[in-house]
Amino acid sequence: MAFNSSGGGSYRQQIAQQRLRIITGHLQRPEDDDSAISAVECKAPSSESDASSSEGKTVPRRRHEIMKWNGWGYSDTRFLFNKKGQAEFTGKRYRLSGLIIPGLKDWMEGTFGASVQHKSQATPILNSSSVQPPNLNEAFVEELKSTGVPYSHDAEDRVFRAHGHCLHEIFALREGKIGRVPDMVVWPNCHDDVVKIVELACKHNVCLIPYGGGTSVSSALECPPEETRSIVSLDTSQMNRILWIDEKNLTAHVEAGIVGQDLERLLNESGYCTGHEPDSMEFSSLGGWVATRASGMKKNIYGNIEDLVVHMKMVTPRGVIEKSCQGPRMSTGPDIHHFILGSEGTLGVVTEVTMKIRPMPEYQKYGSVVFPNFEQGVACLREIAKQRCAPASVRLMDNEQFKFGHALKPQVSSIFTSFVDGLKKFYITKFKGFDPNRLCVATLLFEGNRDRVLQHEKQVYDIAAKFGGLAAGEDNGQRGYMLTFVIAYLRDLGMDYYVIGESFETSVPWDRVLDMCRNVKARIVHECKERGVQFPPLSTCRVTQTYDAGACVYFYFAFNYRGLSDPVHVYEQVEHAAREEILASGGSLSHHHGVGKLRKAWMRETISNVGMGMLQSVKDYVDPANIFGNRNLL
Amino acid sequence: MTHTYRGSGRAGLYQDEEFMDILEERRRTSDLGHALRSFKPLPYLGAPPCSVAELNQAVLDSHFLRHVAREVAMETGSSVEEVREEACGILEEMSQNLQLGFIRLMGYALTKVLKRLFTSVFVNMEGLSTLQQAMQQTRVILMPNHRSYVDFLVISYIMFTYDLPVPVIAAGIPLAGMKLIGEILRRSGAFFIRRAIGSDKLYWAVLSEYVKTIVRKEFAPMEFYVEGLRSRTLKSVTPKLGMMHMVLEPYFKGEVFDITLVPVSISYDRVLEESLLAHELLGVPKPKESTTGLLKASKLLQDNYGSMHVNFGQPVSVRQLCEGKINRCQYNLIPRDLPQKPTPEAQACVSWLAHLIVRIQEEGSVISPWSLMACLLLQAPVAVLTEDGLPWQQLTERTLWLKRLALDFGGHLKWPGQVSDSDVMSSSAAIHHSVVHQKAGRVYLVQEEEPERRRAVSAEQSVMRTGTSVLMLASYRNQSLHVFVRPALLTTALDVTNSTHKDELFAFFSFLQDLFSSEFIFIPGKLSEDFEEACSLLKKCGAVHIDQQEVTLSHMGRETLSFLKALIQPFIDSYQMMFRYFCEQGAQVITEKQFLPAVRTLATKLLLSGELHTYEALSSDTQKNVLSALQRLEAVTKMRLE
Repeated sequence: MAFNSSGGGSYRQQIAQQRLRIITGHLQRPEDDDSAISAVECKAPSSESDASSSEGKTVPRRRHEIMKWNGWGYSDTRFLFNKKGQAEFTGKRYRLSGLIIPGLKDWMEGTFGASVQHKSQATPILNSSSVQPPNLNEAFVEELKSTGVPYSHDAEDRVFRAHGHCLHEIFALREGKIGRVPDMVVWPNCHDDVVKIVELACKHNVCLIPYGGGTSVSSALECPPEETRSIVSLDTSQMNRILWIDEKNLTAHVEAGIVGQDLERLLNESGYCTGHEPDSMEFSSLGGWVATRASGMKKNIYGNIEDLVVHMKMVTPRGVIEKSCQGPRMSTGPDIHHFILGSEGTLGVVTEVTMKIRPMPEYQKYGSVVFPNFEQGVACLREIAKQRCAPASVRLMDNEQFKFGHALKPQVSSIFTSFVDGLKKFYITKFKGFDPNRLCVATLLFEGNRDRVLQHEKQVYDIAAKFGGLAAGEDNGQRGYMLTFVIAYLRDLGMDYYVIGESFETSVPWDRVLDMCRNVKARIVHECKERGVQFPPLSTCRVTQTYDAGACVYFYFAFNYRGLSDPVHVYEQVEHAAREEILASGGSLSHHHGVGKLRKAWMRETISNVGMGMLQSVKDYVDPANIFGNRNLL
Repeated sequence: MTHTYRGSGRAGLYQDEEFMDILEERRRTSDLGHALRSFKPLPYLGAPPCSVAELNQAVLDSHFLRHVAREVAMETGSSVEEVREEACGILEEMSQNLQLGFIRLMGYALTKVLKRLFTSVFVNMEGLSTLQQAMQQTRVILMPNHRSYVDFLVISYIMFTYDLPVPVIAAGIPLAGMKLIGEILRRSGAFFIRRAIGSDKLYWAVLSEYVKTIVRKEFAPMEFYVEGLRSRTLKSVTPKLGMMHMVLEPYFKGEVFDITLVPVSISYDRVLEESLLAHELLGVPKPKESTTGLLKASKLLQDNYGSMHVNFGQPVSVRQLCEGKINRCQYNLIPRDLPQKPTPEAQACVSWLAHLIVRIQEEGSVISPWSLMACLLLQAPVAVLTEDGLPWQQLTERTLWLKRLALDFGGHLKWPGQVSDSDVMSSSAAIHHSVVHQKAGRVYLVQEEEPERRRAVSAEQSVMRTGTSVLMLASYRNQSLHVFVRPALLTTALDVTNSTHKDELFAFFSFLQDLFSSEFIFIPGKLSEDFEEACSLLKKCGAVHIDQQEVTLSHMGRETLSFLKALIQPFIDSYQMMFRYFCEQGAQVITEKQFLPAVRTLATKLLLSGELHTYEALSSDTQKNVLSALQRLEAVTKMRLE
């Protein structure tokens, strides 16, 4: 690797190794990863069989071979209560894998009134007969065959691409209920394949729905029930190569189907990273990020997706849209990239993206701070934002989430650790007088040059101290970030025991953060009570991003649905009310999840009539026949 | 949604167990013991306590006040420091200084006073326990009606007795001026607001920030009189919106999740200030609130004032009530701590809510037998009352008839069950010996005596003397007016239009509501519901038949209709008299200063000549209401003369 030779190589290599370990800690690397980075020609697959394991990429064509068809993530990884009644996390992929989590059972029972005795089983396997037979457009299929692009109309393939991860979507799958699904799935291998597919779709009036990582939480992947044409899911997962790396300009040209973990891993091998780490990065794809305006955990250093993209190509029914150069900024009218960013698959398929890359950070350090209460925590984050000294990531959890994080502590092996934990708790609650029912914790991640990280760390801790914050160690911080990846698995466990829930996000000006958090949490509790939810819900939030003028806030909301005849409906009503409350409290419709079909109802009031008209006229021009007919956004 | 508040006013006769006499225990145990009881209120909302000093500092440090101070400095040319100092001074004059020790002192004194004045102080315990729950969930605003100085602190006293957080109370600045008492009130939680703030921008800013900070910071429950002042007529007063808006704004702006309003209806068998108020209405200025005045008034303490009822209404959620009435997003594009003119939408919502609260207060107030008697006494010619007397037997029968009508109309009646009806009425009359006296089976109106002036009274003076008694009687009638007013307006409509068409009746009913909207409380936007209510009540008591489009009189309904018509007649007569004044007097411009005495002179003249039958036309309250009605109807306009 070129940059290693420039002195201090072994040290940098060491850092790179460490960095790799951290990433692979939670994202396990498949065995075979010797794929070299080079400019790659687009070539049709040699055969059906090799495609699924080609080049050691994470996502095979037949996703259900390694991933759950009706839940989150890998099939081998899940939470369960073992024979002794203890919670356990299975598999080998994550740091938490194979460990016992002693506190989880009590937390679940205490928080939700759930009981290990009351299970709500999911339908174990997909019953193909419950899937409607495909409505194929024969002429399209015939012509597609001649192009050699692989496709399938297997029930499993189609069902897998008919949903994202909204609660109602997963709930229906667990019940074995299958609605409208795509009639066919195609796997283009490169930009040119996409061009061909889109041309054919236009020619035969077929509805195309682009599919990247399938991690949508906005009902964006749901097939519109009113769609009568044949629906083809365009799965970009096989377009997953890094086509070139430009070390002089620090950019990489990447196919848009690549998923986050592969992109990061492959770039790491060359000593680079994008630094774009959304919580879904194991499964979400570059194209999906662009289409939804994704945000990464470390945006403070690397920026959000719109800051990272230098150039992109999108195939639309009108043809390919792209810029003519890679200039870092242009004054050429409204930025056409912004028609593509956030277009949610309504205009075309993003096929290739040139994005910024950075040398891998030399040093990474986690940290955490305990605050006496959420108000102080928010005040501290606001000050950090004001001084523009936010670490790569800083997240502030409220008290409920702090307790939740606590419940997810794995069994400690040594008596000493538990002794130290006890001592810490004593120090914070008794000696410092923090109220255990009010305190909250911020997790921090610093990245960069070692000296600067340490200096930066001191600056941040000094600010925290002014707001009554106490440093609470690296472990707590690291565990917090690790939990990001396993937390999604937890919903499936909840659903096994009559607990349903979801998260949703918003962005809000600084002066309204506290008011909005309080109002939304209270509204959730209030609405649940109104709608006959028997037990108080979990209603909690965290501030996950800081900006100059505001913050991004995540809400988690879950409840025990025993005794409710239509829990999903209740859930949706409460979520709707919560969104109303967010908007009334000055929050936005979405910070990075997007609109999809779930939040469409609020678009007009969000962007005004003229705004809607502008978007609509773009859609009308680019896709007059509504080939990209997922009906998101507008 | 508009019906959610119903249920607070449970119609019909009160059950004894619903109310508890809180004086009973005080009469059995030591007053000092009560004052020194261990007071452990449940923490208000579980919020971390905030001290008075912290509260005041937060007000002074607020961006809002800083901003206004800068603006005021610019406008007046003084320095920002000077303006801020002035703000400090305003706040100092205004702010309460709630202290437990003084609550105890107040508790002790009030026990003594209440025991002396009243046979019982009844409190609805169910309302109190609902209030207790509410106080732990959201911020609570206690909104009592204001009929007497005794109202002040009585709620604090009840809170203290039942271990509930003691409220801070908005009071008029004259109270603060009272030696010693002012300071005691301040330390019992009163904060003081100047009258006639006008356009004093800084004062408004300090006041509104102070109120909003109390609401936001969950400092304590707040108590204020939405009517703005003590009703001189025992009738509900059109609510004032300034304070209401300040209280609601934190909700509108999303600074708090919800605000709970608790209407409280305080009703008296007999009001301490009855004759003072009547005099005030006749143009004798109200004595300045002073400690010596208070001590002088202590001779009033010798008398019996019957019972007092404090009825805590069902808490209502502002969030729930405002749903669909206010779009909170409108506050999202401007920093919330900048001064912002309330939008018409917000103003309408505040007004609606304020009126609603007053209506709930009305429905929750307890009607005494005496009030029904007063309704009937006023319908007898004044000459009969002063000279011949009204046969007691006749009054009894009519009152019992009216009792049934009041119950039919959903009135909230307190009619002692253990004693005979005639004893109930006799004892009511006895309590009100200042207004009526009974002699040889007849009832007479008491004429005010003026022993020091032996000279023969002039005719004008005699009118004033009778007027005093009539206005006192009218006040007690007013206590039950809200029960009858809607059907009474419909009755008037039937009478005047002589029509049976619902449409025509509705049009006239609507005109009457418009005309009398300063006189009686009508919730804005509820006109047709009020009309329907009036129809259904008249139908219920058998006075009219109603089918699709027709309202026809029933021959059985004569008594009811003539009663209702006579009930509203004094208002109609008074209004007409004043319209006549405007028509007859030539000038295009009349100063307010001239207006009241001139009208009073005309009324006196007409009373003496027998052209006017109601002494209520003498009331300055009615006169002011006419003026605002004419303004509303754009018949007159108000100008400021330089």
